[in-house]
Order: sequence, then structure tokens, then C-alpha cells
Amino acid sequence: MAKVFIYPATSLILSDLVARFGHKPLGAALGIRERIQTGGVDSPPLQITPEEPKRGLKYAAVEVPSGVRGRMAIYGPLIEEAEAAIIVTEADLAFGCMGCARTDELILFSLRQSGIPILELEYPTNEEEGIRFVAAVKKFLAGLPDGGEA
Amino acid sequence: MKKVRIAQLSCGAEYSGVQKEIYEAAESVGAEVFFPDIALADVERAVKKFGLDVKSADLKLMIARALALVEGKVEADGVFIGTCFRCAEAAIVRNELRRYIPENSKLSVVSYSFTERTTAGTLLTRMEALTTIARRRALLAREEQTGITMGVDSGSSTTKAVVMKDNEIVGTGWHPTTEVIKSAESAVSDALEMAGLAREDIQAIGTTGYGRFLIGKHFGAELIQEELTVNSKGAVYLAGHQRGAATVIDIGGMDNKAISVIDGIPGTFTMGGICAGASGRFLEMTAKRLGIDITELGPLAMKGMGKNVPMNSYCIVFGTQSLVNALAAGSSPADVAAAACHSVAEQVFEQQLQEVDIKEPVIMVGGTSLIEGLVYAMGQLLQTEVVVPPNSQYIGAVGSALLASGFIKGE
Repeated sequence: MAKVFIYPATSLILSDLVARFGHKPLGAALGIRERIQTGGVDSPPLQITPEEPKRGLKYAAVEVPSGVRGRMAIYGPLIEEAEAAIIVTEADLAFGCMGCARTDELILFSLRQSGIPILELEYPTNEEEGIRFVAAVKKFLAGLPDGGEA
Repeated sequence: MKKVRIAQLSCGAEYSGVQKEIYEAAESVGAEVFFPDIALADVERAVKKFGLDVKSADLKLMIARALALVEGKVEADGVFIGTCFRCAEAAIVRNELRRYIPENSKLSVVSYSFTERTTAGTLLTRMEALTTIARRRALLAREEQTGITMGVDSGSSTTKAVVMKDNEIVGTGWHPTTEVIKSAESAVSDALEMAGLAREDIQAIGTTGYGRFLIGKHFGAELIQEELTVNSKGAVYLAGHQRGAATVIDIGGMDNKAISVIDGIPGTFTMGGICAGASGRFLEMTAKRLGIDITELGPLAMKGMGKNVPMNSYCIVFGTQSLVNALAAGSSPADVAAAACHSVAEQVFEQQLQEVDIKEPVIMVGGTSLIEGLVYAMGQLLQTEVVVPPNSQYIGAVGSALLASGFIKGE
């Protein structure tokens, strides 16, 4: 089983696909789950405190907006943990939306710099592309260590 | 009391860890912050309709929420727009929405760019102003002072008191703010003495400024109100321009206010001053360094040429450095004074006046409006004549005394 970072990290479909093929999806649900389950922190809705943008300094300099650094405090550790990644570009909002365009740029850059295997796909716009899309994901995931059939 | 509902349009507030501070600031002034509810399909439609094609999905959401407010699909009493400090894309959206909402609805808007260090205290005055405008529209419509009332403005640098009787200022007091209550007591005593009145003669008291809650409690004030609405009212009253549009600029000791006013009620406003380099504090420091009284700085600046001294600093420390360097290089005190005034005016112009729609008359108020070099520099930058009404330094106190007359028993 490999740890696969998904982009958009909020995509439930992508997360499900990775899990179906026997791997662990690393996405927003995982990063946020850790925060909402942490006791004693009460900043709604993501349990983020002003400490997170400071932790985010590891991924982005202080000149970068605090919201980008706060987001990177969630996604940065997941990217570090990832053994592979699937990137879907030009995705529809309903497929999974990443809020901040600047954070998106940094996440994609960090993934591409990390040297892990990456599958980059364009969001499918019709059924035929959809079939090719799923097949490509399947092939990629099968090629990862301990990858198997759903 | 029914809570004032403030719609939040933001990007990054949750991730910067300041959402809790926003909620806290709103709650402390009897308001509740909510996110306008919209459907996914509204987002693309709204972005297309608005015409600003941004990359960020959160900013798209902000635009869609703004349109829902303007189209009346979601009801609110005021709007708070907040985005991350330093984000260029968010700044464009924040600025356009801040303009778009008041132009297309009756909603008052306050915008702010936050960092992770933003606290509820920083946001308090802005939230309070939004709440006041929604809740006290009738009071803000008051155009005439009646009876005998007093206003006390406890600012960060100075404390001012004014006694008014039958729409006239009959007593004034002005003291540096050291101990908040002690300074207020001194200012009030002076104002009462000048008016020839005793404390018991006062029918209602209003307080404003940073120390408003403390002195409001101390004096048993009928009205405790933030300075954004109070100063707007005071400015148009003193300038004799209570109806129609106006722009009020108040460069204070600690922060600056730029307010776009319609019929004496703030429409959009900014309260800023990221650093002290753009405030009255810098001018105070300049006067001290030049070895003159602050009252002499304005006339001195009028004799100088600001262009002769490079001083375009965004920080009081660097500003001081420029000043010391200029003097060491042989610049004249007059040129340095003029450059300091120009530097402050330029920063207010660049940082704040770009965020409100400038409509004439432009009224400058507060203690710094007495520094003629600063008023001149502002007029030059805005290419308009800047109005400084009589008693402009007492603006908060006058506004408070005027509005407090709405609380005289029997009114």
C-alpha cells in the first residue's frame, strides 16, 4: 500500500478511487480530521489557531499571506508523507475545490519537486474522457508498490 | 436586543486562525457574523456576471456571496470583507466588492486585510461601527444639538472634552492622554470651567475614542460609541455639510480613518495604519527631533520643499532614519518638516484613500488637521481643496455631544 496525495485534496471521488485500488489517499479529510479531533483547541471551523500560519513558515516565507501558510500547515506534512501523487488539473468545483489559488500553486510545485511518482490528468469533460481518466488512474495505482485490483 | 447580522465575505480567515477573533469582536458589540448561504451553481453564474475571473475558488465564493446579498437572496445588516494581508488577488476582489456592494445595495461595508496576529480588539471598532450604523440610523440622522450635553473623546494621544449648549460649543478642554481617567477628568474640568457650568448642569454625556468604555463608565455616559460614526457626524456638522456626500479623513495618533459619508452616515470606511509611519505619532516624533512644538510643525512645513528630502517610508523606524539622515546631510528643518507631512499624507493616500470613494467635500478632522503642512500635502495629492472646519481637533467630542443630545430625558 502506498500513500498517495490527491489534488484537489478535497475530492471525495479521487480519494475513493485511491482507496479502492488498495492505497491510502492523503487529502483534506485526513489533514482536517486530525485538527477537529485535537482536544482543547476551539477555533472554528477547522481548529486552526494563529499557530498554524507560524508552522506554515516551514513551507512558505513570512511574506506569503497568512492564509496560505495556514493551509500549508495542513497540506505540507501530507506532501512530506506522500509516496505518490495524482494531480487533476482544471477540475470542476463540484469535483473537489481547493480554495486558494496561491496555495494550489505551491502545493503543485512542492509535489513536482518531491521526486515521487506523479500522475497528472486533465479533468474529463465527457464520458469517453471519463473512462480514459479512470483507466489511467487504475494503471498508475497498480504500478505502485503493493498496488492491486479493486 | 435583536442581534445585528453581519455577513462575512472572506478568504483565508479560517486558515489564518483568526475566525474566532472575528466572531468574538462581533459578539462583543451585539452582532453575529454569518456566511451567506449559496448553492454551488450560483458560484459560476455569479463570477461570470460579476466579470472578475479569479483563480481562487474561495474568492469565487466571496463574489457569489456578495451577489447573493446585493440581489436580496440573503438578508444582512452589514458586510465584513476580510482577506489575507499581502494577497494580491484577494486585494483586487476585496476592493471591487467593497465598491460594488454599497453601490448596488444599502448595506454598509467594512473591509480588512488580516494576518494571523489580528485580534478581536483590532476588529472591535470596525464591527462596532457596522453595528451602530445598522442599529442607530435614527440617532445618526440627528442634525442639531439640543440642551446641555458633553462629549469626551479619549484618544490614544490626547483627550478632548466639549460642552455644547443649544447647538453651540460653549466649552472645550484638551489634555495629553496619560492616565485615561485622570486626563479625561482634566479635559472635562477645563471644558466646564470655560462654559461656566457645573457637572450637574450636563443633561447627557457621550464618550468615544480608545478609552470610551472606561471613561463612559466613569462618567456614567448615556452614549458610548466608536469614533468612526461619531467623527463622521461631527465632521459634517462642523463643516455645515450634513446632507449629501462627503469624505472624512482623520489622521490620528495611532490609526487613521478614511470615511465615505452620505447624509452624515458612513457608507464605506477604512481604519488602518499598518504602522506608525503613517500616523500623527510620526509627526509628533518629527517635531520632537526638530526641537519644536507640534503646533509649530505645520507652519514650518509650509516654508519647506518636501521634494528636497527623500522620505517615503512605510515604517516609523525607517522614517526616523530618513529624517536623521536628511538633517545630517544638511537639509533644512523646513524641508524635513514638509517631507514628513508629505510622507504621512502619501501613505494615507496610497493605503487607505484608495479603498474609499473620494467625494467632495474632503473634510480633514482631528488634531493633525491643525498641521497645515499635512493638510496642504493631502490637498496636493487629492488635487482638491481640503476643508478643515473650525474646532476640527474636537471632532470626536463634538460628535459625541451632538449625538448624546438624543439621550436627554424626555427626548
